[in-house]
Amino acid sequence: MASTAAAVPFWRAAGMTYITYSNICASLVRGCLKEPYRSDAGAREKVHFAVSKWANGKPEKSSIRSDSHSE
Amino acid sequence: MYRQASRLLTRALSGGGRRSTAPSRPFSTDLPAAPSEDTAFVEAWRKVAPNIDPPKTPLAFMKPRPPTPSSIPSKLTVNFVLPYQSEISNKEVDMVIVPATTGQMGVLPGHVSTIAELKPGVLSVHEGNEVIKYFVSSGFAFVHANSVTDIVAVEAVPVDRIDPSLVQKGLADFTQKLNSATTDLEKAEAQIGVDVHSALNAALSG
Repeated sequence: MASTAAAVPFWRAAGMTYITYSNICASLVRGCLKEPYRSDAGAREKVHFAVSKWANGKPEKSSIRSDSHSE
Repeated sequence: MYRQASRLLTRALSGGGRRSTAPSRPFSTDLPAAPSEDTAFVEAWRKVAPNIDPPKTPLAFMKPRPPTPSSIPSKLTVNFVLPYQSEISNKEVDMVIVPATTGQMGVLPGHVSTIAELKPGVLSVHEGNEVIKYFVSSGFAFVHANSVTDIVAVEAVPVDRIDPSLVQKGLADFTQKLNSATTDLEKAEAQIGVDVHSALNAALSG
């Protein structure tokens, strides 16, 4: 009985998840577009979220982060 | 662990063999469409509030899934969606060629049910004599038994929106990064860059 070792894609072997891989592919494609499509697509990548650490059931402080997709 | 494997395998096979005429769990396209109205709920509503219309549930707004026809249909129904918009919705076409990780896969009406992971490449939709090509960054293609094909992608652009000079520059950049990469992660990222840009290149010239 040979153990079935599914051929893992190189990015998973390097510790990357599928979503990370897919997002990297998408942002690379967006970076190769002609204007004005490029600036339209750039708006799609912007992420805006607030992070707060909790301690003893209360939020300590919240930092608002507005990242554009960056590795 | 492997001593039990042969026993488990034969048990699974014989179980499948006994029920080979009817699969133990039907595909979603073979199930009867869920009723759009819950009769018990509607009756209870009318007892309590007879003058108000009962609220519609999401199922009432959805079109029922087309059943699997007994003969192979002549056209393929394609749905191509991106996270921010729906590119193609319920379009009847002759063939689509999807860039699966296993190679360019042509989907014709009557194609066997498939789930294909897509690699960066060109998706072409053939309708009569016209071909519409999109460059897809990655995603999945689901072919159902009723000849409906759902393609989901994160980013897809018509091929004429790609800038060749940026592609060449990106390809050169990432080839160089691949040579100078040290950690596994860096190598993987550079390899992804090289793959995507060479696929873009091929899409521009092909």
